[in-house]
Amino acid sequence: MIYLTLFLVFLEIGAVSFGGGYGMIPMMRDACLSHGFLTEEQFMDFIAVAESTPGPIAINMATFIGSSQGGFLGAFLATLGVILPAFLIILLIAAILRNLLKYKGVQGFLSGVRPAVAALILATAVVMGLRSIFGIGSVSDSFDFNYKGLIILAVLVGVSLGSKYLLKKKASPIVLILLSAGLGMLLYGAF
Amino acid sequence: MKKPLPKLLSLFLSFLKIGAFTFGGGYAMIALLENEFVSRKKWLDKDEFLDMLGIGESTPGPIAVNMATFIGYRVAGVLGALLATLAVCLPAFTIIFIISLFFDKFLSLTYVGYAFRGVQICVVYLIGSAGVKVVKGMEKNLFSVLVTSAVFIAFILLSLFSVTFSTIFYILIAGVLGLTLYFIGRIRGKDASEKALSAPAPQSDEGESEEKEKEADEKEGGE
Repeated sequence: MIYLTLFLVFLEIGAVSFGGGYGMIPMMRDACLSHGFLTEEQFMDFIAVAESTPGPIAINMATFIGSSQGGFLGAFLATLGVILPAFLIILLIAAILRNLLKYKGVQGFLSGVRPAVAALILATAVVMGLRSIFGIGSVSDSFDFNYKGLIILAVLVGVSLGSKYLLKKKASPIVLILLSAGLGMLLYGAF
Repeated sequence: MKKPLPKLLSLFLSFLKIGAFTFGGGYAMIALLENEFVSRKKWLDKDEFLDMLGIGESTPGPIAVNMATFIGYRVAGVLGALLATLAVCLPAFTIIFIISLFFDKFLSLTYVGYAFRGVQICVVYLIGSAGVKVVKGMEKNLFSVLVTSAVFIAFILLSLFSVTFSTIFYILIAGVLGLTLYFIGRIRGKDASEKALSAPAPQSDEGESEEKEKEADEKEGGE
């Protein structure tokens, strides 16, 4: 039953996603691919939308994936699932266990979780990049170099660095997304 | 003079506003939250806010939800927590649900499709730079570097060889390793664990809040 699956999958994601919005992306991707909710491309398209619309990325992603699989009820259950663990844990800490995070055992657990989350975010980017730029999704794939993708990546890196060192300002993700959309239309449409 | 709104309604509206106007996820929201509840409404003092932020960052789930639940509870109990969390999610939910109804049609337009091929590259870049930032900001010691490298290599290899291994397991295994290391350290005596574990519980509250203040300042500066 899709509704129950959606709720449970997102409940699980909500319970183990430490480290804010991006910490959740590896788990969401995994769930989407393994349950066949979205393809990798659809998933990436939607991260861009989630980045360009207001609200927490996790909520945006849960709502969208839920809606694509089970309409309004699906969207509602997926979002509820992703929120519920955070809500309950914080309520527990606020109401009863003020010092939960000061226990050394909890600190020990988190000292393992934090580097794992960091590595997962970075590794997800590498796996996505291998696929979308070099066409390598698995070892059996033949090398399919997407030089237009590499050009776009180079421009994005250039613009971010330029903005950081010349303007002393971090380039906004929305600006980068719009820029890459323009480059995409130009490179894939016109040539 | 305007009559002040009842606290619950005011709480709800504040979080509705914050949910509707923060782009780019949780961290963009922190400065807004502080401005709203510490500077303007004075419902929390700065130390209390930083304490909540520290807890929100170390607990699972979207940071916006953590903060909404926490602030809502502090201001108006369980009902406050419920209303604040609902309010912070409602704008995103509504907007995304509406978009999801049209998204496939929108993507099937030829030029939109081309645009999104470019956008996919940008998403790789955004996730990659978020990853680099998290790795850089991580406390570095032998254990954390080992866990990072092992998870990084294992994830890429298993993906390439199409082996199914849920990402959740990486997190749980790493957490249990951290916990085990703590217990081994405790059994062996203090010295080993102090060196190996990254963030031992803060000794004094003063030092902790100073540290967090610095962290929060950096974040604000980054936006």
